[in-house]
Amino acid sequence: MTMPYYVAPEQVMKDRAEYAQKGIARGRALVGTTYGAGVLIVAENPSSTLHKISEIYDRVAFAGVGRYNEFDQLRVAVVRHADTKGYAYSREDVDARSLANVYAQYLGQVFTHEMKPLEVEILVAELDPVGTAHQLFHIAYDGTVADEQRFTVLGGEADAITRRMAERFRQGWTLGEAVLACVASLSGPTRTLKADDLEVAVLEHGPWRRTFRRVGDDELALLLAQVEAPGSPASAEGAGEPVSVDESGHDAGEPAGPA
Amino acid sequence: MSLPLFPLGNDPGPSFVELLRRTRAGGAPIVTGDLPEPTISATRSPSGGATMPGVAHGTTIVALRYDGGVIVAGDRRATEGNMIAHRSIEKVFPADRHSAVAIAGAAGTAIEMVRLFQTQLEHYEKVEGTRLSLEGKANQLGQMVSANLPMAMQGLVVIPLFAGYDLRVKKGRIFTYDVTGGRFEETDFHATGSGGRDAKNTVKLGYRERLGRDEAIELAVAALYEAADEDTATGGPDPLRGIYPVVATVDADGYTRLEDAEVAEHFRNVLERRRARDEEGERS
Repeated sequence: MTMPYYVAPEQVMKDRAEYAQKGIARGRALVGTTYGAGVLIVAENPSSTLHKISEIYDRVAFAGVGRYNEFDQLRVAVVRHADTKGYAYSREDVDARSLANVYAQYLGQVFTHEMKPLEVEILVAELDPVGTAHQLFHIAYDGTVADEQRFTVLGGEADAITRRMAERFRQGWTLGEAVLACVASLSGPTRTLKADDLEVAVLEHGPWRRTFRRVGDDELALLLAQVEAPGSPASAEGAGEPVSVDESGHDAGEPAGPA
Repeated sequence: MSLPLFPLGNDPGPSFVELLRRTRAGGAPIVTGDLPEPTISATRSPSGGATMPGVAHGTTIVALRYDGGVIVAGDRRATEGNMIAHRSIEKVFPADRHSAVAIAGAAGTAIEMVRLFQTQLEHYEKVEGTRLSLEGKANQLGQMVSANLPMAMQGLVVIPLFAGYDLRVKKGRIFTYDVTGGRFEETDFHATGSGGRDAKNTVKLGYRERLGRDEAIELAVAALYEAADEDTATGGPDPLRGIYPVVATVDADGYTRLEDAEVAEHFRNVLERRRARDEEGERS
């Protein structure tokens, strides 16, 4: 009988973490932030059909980075979880914190028990039903959860992007200001990102029960065109004109259901 | 509840009903088709349909096409035998942004079916990233009605009416069902429920191609008025309590429920016209 090699648990965990981090770092990053009217998520994603950002429930959105098949499977699973919960109890009983915990348990379980950790990072964002206490839950590949009320960055070069975001972030800024800052933080000083390199979605209150809304390329181009001096933190901090948002793009959601 | 993940080959796909079957989270018989042994015997109502004691029944619903889409309307009364069970229940609901579902029959089962149907449509949309076609939605509802057949055989009949704005052909469409889940598309209008016949005749007499929105609403309101006039189980307008039928339009912009004030206004018009007609009759 052959004896398996002994590998120290520390080493096993370190190797797995390194493996997952490498996989995630290969993908492009995304930023989630709160703004005056809700939550904004901006992802660098040249594909217009393979989404990184999606709707989970009335006031909850999903965003994932890393391996597409892995985070998409997790997205579908949590849509199923949320819909089942809302059907069994009530629509109000579905909240982001509980969904984030479900993710954390699963990712933690896979990280410690499976051969291969999942190469994903997940953002679960929730719009506050009444006030401005919106929530951003960031779940890492090993199941670590962090909650944020300002902004959070997922994916490759997260540290550099976080630094750039921290310089620009202002509480209660407009959608236009927030989009510009997110795009500038994602691109960095050497690159420029255009509307079709990006995937943008918001959670904001409107006439419909479902608050998730994709910001289309046309609307996004309009928002990006508001910039005078692109990328400079000063322009984002200056009290710029409030950007008017094209409201015609509403395409998700419907009126409230039956009593 | 943990994350619902399924092995390949046993994945429920975009269907919420399949998901509930797999997870056994929803015990609704519409989902499973399972029926508990009957504990109460079905009795025959005077109208011939079997009714269970203590089960509220919703009554008249009407739908008709107009030049911008469809109108769906339903009275507010639920009955238990010869008693009024509720004065203000609702029988018309948004199924999703561009469609509406209205119900007649056993109210409890029907409302549960609507809730399941709404979730099913939204679930599909979120999982697949696209919406079902209007025809696809109509077929889904048919499957739910058909799953309810064992219940229907014991008297808990649910007959929905489905109407929506078809974004592909850019017009309103109306679908009706029978108890087996059979799905039929109506050309212009339909009404079901205990007062359905009177309502349908009223619409039939006043209907013409390409009605305007207000004319169509008035016709729907008049149909409900006539149904309430002839059928005890259909509730008429109740200005004293401020209860008016639910009237909704579905057009290219989606589902909109009319304000009670607007419905009341249309009722006033209908009554006004009727009074004028009667007075004219007396003079001549």
